[in-house]
Amino acid sequence: MSQMNMVQSINQALAQEMERDQNVLVLGEDVGVDGGVFRVTEGLLQKFGEERVIDTPLSESGIVGTSIGMAVYGLKPVVEIQFSGFIYSAFEQLISHASRIRNRSRGRFTCPLVVRTPCSWVSRGLEHHEESTEALFIHTPGLKVVMPSNPYDAKGLLISSIRDPDPVIFFEPLRLYRAFKQEVPDEIYTIPIGEANVVKEGTDITLISYGAMMSSVLEADEILKGNNINSEVINLRTLSPLDKDTILKSVKKTGKCVVVHEAPLTCGLGAEISAIINEKALLNLEAPVIRITGFDTVVPLAKLENNYIPDVRRIVTETKNLMKF
Amino acid sequence: MPKLSDEEIKELYRLMVQTRVFDEKAWKLQRQGRIGTYAPIKGQEASDIGTSFVLSKNDWIFPTYRNMGAYITRGMPLEKLLQYWSGDERGQKIPENLNIFTLAIPVGTQPLHAVGLAWAAKKQKKDVVVLTYMGEAATSTGDFHEAMNFAGVFNLPVIFVVENNQYAISVPRSKQTKSETIAQKAIAYGFNGIQVDGNDIFAVIKATKDAIEKSKQNNGPSLVECVTYRLGHHTTADDYNIYRTEEEVQLWSQKDPIERLRRFMENKKLWTKEFGDKTFKEAEENMEKAIVAMESLSKPKPDEFFDYVFANQTNSIKMQREYLLKYLDEKEKEIRFP
Repeated sequence: MSQMNMVQSINQALAQEMERDQNVLVLGEDVGVDGGVFRVTEGLLQKFGEERVIDTPLSESGIVGTSIGMAVYGLKPVVEIQFSGFIYSAFEQLISHASRIRNRSRGRFTCPLVVRTPCSWVSRGLEHHEESTEALFIHTPGLKVVMPSNPYDAKGLLISSIRDPDPVIFFEPLRLYRAFKQEVPDEIYTIPIGEANVVKEGTDITLISYGAMMSSVLEADEILKGNNINSEVINLRTLSPLDKDTILKSVKKTGKCVVVHEAPLTCGLGAEISAIINEKALLNLEAPVIRITGFDTVVPLAKLENNYIPDVRRIVTETKNLMKF
Repeated sequence: MPKLSDEEIKELYRLMVQTRVFDEKAWKLQRQGRIGTYAPIKGQEASDIGTSFVLSKNDWIFPTYRNMGAYITRGMPLEKLLQYWSGDERGQKIPENLNIFTLAIPVGTQPLHAVGLAWAAKKQKKDVVVLTYMGEAATSTGDFHEAMNFAGVFNLPVIFVVENNQYAISVPRSKQTKSETIAQKAIAYGFNGIQVDGNDIFAVIKATKDAIEKSKQNNGPSLVECVTYRLGHHTTADDYNIYRTEEEVQLWSQKDPIERLRRFMENKKLWTKEFGDKTFKEAEENMEKAIVAMESLSKPKPDEFFDYVFANQTNSIKMQREYLLKYLDEKEKEIRFP
């Protein structure tokens, strides 16, 4: 066990998987000499050499597209897209190819590729440097989407993603990179993709979230506890495939549900969760499922940034209101 | 003139004839409603077949939807090609012993995969050259640029074959690029580009062989521009009379690559009418057999398209598939017992 922040735990996961499997390689912009703009790949070039830690041209589609070819040929590329706001030029490669190669070739070719990319709002960020576009990928058949919310989860989920036989988009909420440290085992461990984590059991209401918003939800939960509201808190960990069983089991128990994400409201993951609950647990519901989310706007820059992101107070207020329904 | 034995030249002729027969028959099958939309290759056989013919078995090709000649040259069973065009996706499950990648439809996106595979092969020290096909319009896309750039920067064993067939559906070559040639684009990426008469199969073979030789000596990528002409429509859903004249098509018909090879062979006493007739007859027989084989395949199971979303079926996919099967079952009963 060591105290690690998320940058360190991801770095350790990469190093350990590269050590274990010669086919794993890391490529992206500034991932080699620079060790990544967030230092996530620091030291990997020195340890594994430039055949396996590759500084690429500034070319998102090129990075993902060539990684598809490498994955088809038996390598395990772990791509870094410097910011998820820059992923769009690689979007076609992900949507039209990475996600479909298994299907298109009826299993002759597969594309076990990982795309790591920092996401989510960050204070004083620039435009395109604080995007939450996970829904675009969740909506795409053939892609898995994972988003850790702490250093421990990040390591275990990334190792699972690297070992997964299919393409995985691994979102790293960048405001968590150095937000806090946590005990992380030094040995290799995995956290299964497709399984949510019930962080705290409760009986009154189910709070569902993921990524960086988990910290706010846990803080809100403490305040709600002081108001005699005993919430069950679910950390999704994997956004696609979604762990519907855990969600439904919890909502059937509590009868109420709040979904929190910072991504825009419309067609966000909250909408899907709400629909699933409506379809499968309507008669268990004691109140409508509500969503506390970012707005259907571009994320504002510094001067107005605090107005966009759901804060702890908003989560507490909306939850308390729902309890009165 | 590349070094080719008489038998090899005859084989080239045979492959071109087989491709032509496949193409013309596929067109008719579509008109009869027996297969779906089809993109003909007529006129481009020399470019397609010449480039694939000189590869070794362990080399790879990345074809597009118009490269039936390359597929046939590399040994893809005709019935599998027909199966794909008939709307049965099992047809694009390439047999394990063939190094052909599954075709891609989005124009210009696949060269990157070819570059990636070449990169992986180079890292694994495998003796592999990768050849990726595209039309001239693909060179207008961003991914073409990124693929060329990666291939150059990492000095990869890739051959970019541009079959410049003069049209992207209706838009002519002159509206794709101000570059005088497609071949010259390679210079900007730091490697060779060569423009050849794409209807002269020997020119195509020579250029491809040189490119392969260069790649094998770790001298990196090449671009081969084959100047050719699509004699047919873009697809069975297109009408070329809207955007070009019949005179133009007739002019190019006189440069038909099969006829050119035939004349060459006749001069060399490699072609007789009897040989020609026999070659066509055999090609037609192969095609008839393939059609019978394709049409006697059992339909894919109704939920087959759920099989390949992921390696391991997710709960959600499982539920959706069960729902479909149940629904189809009920629908079937309703039709039978209304």
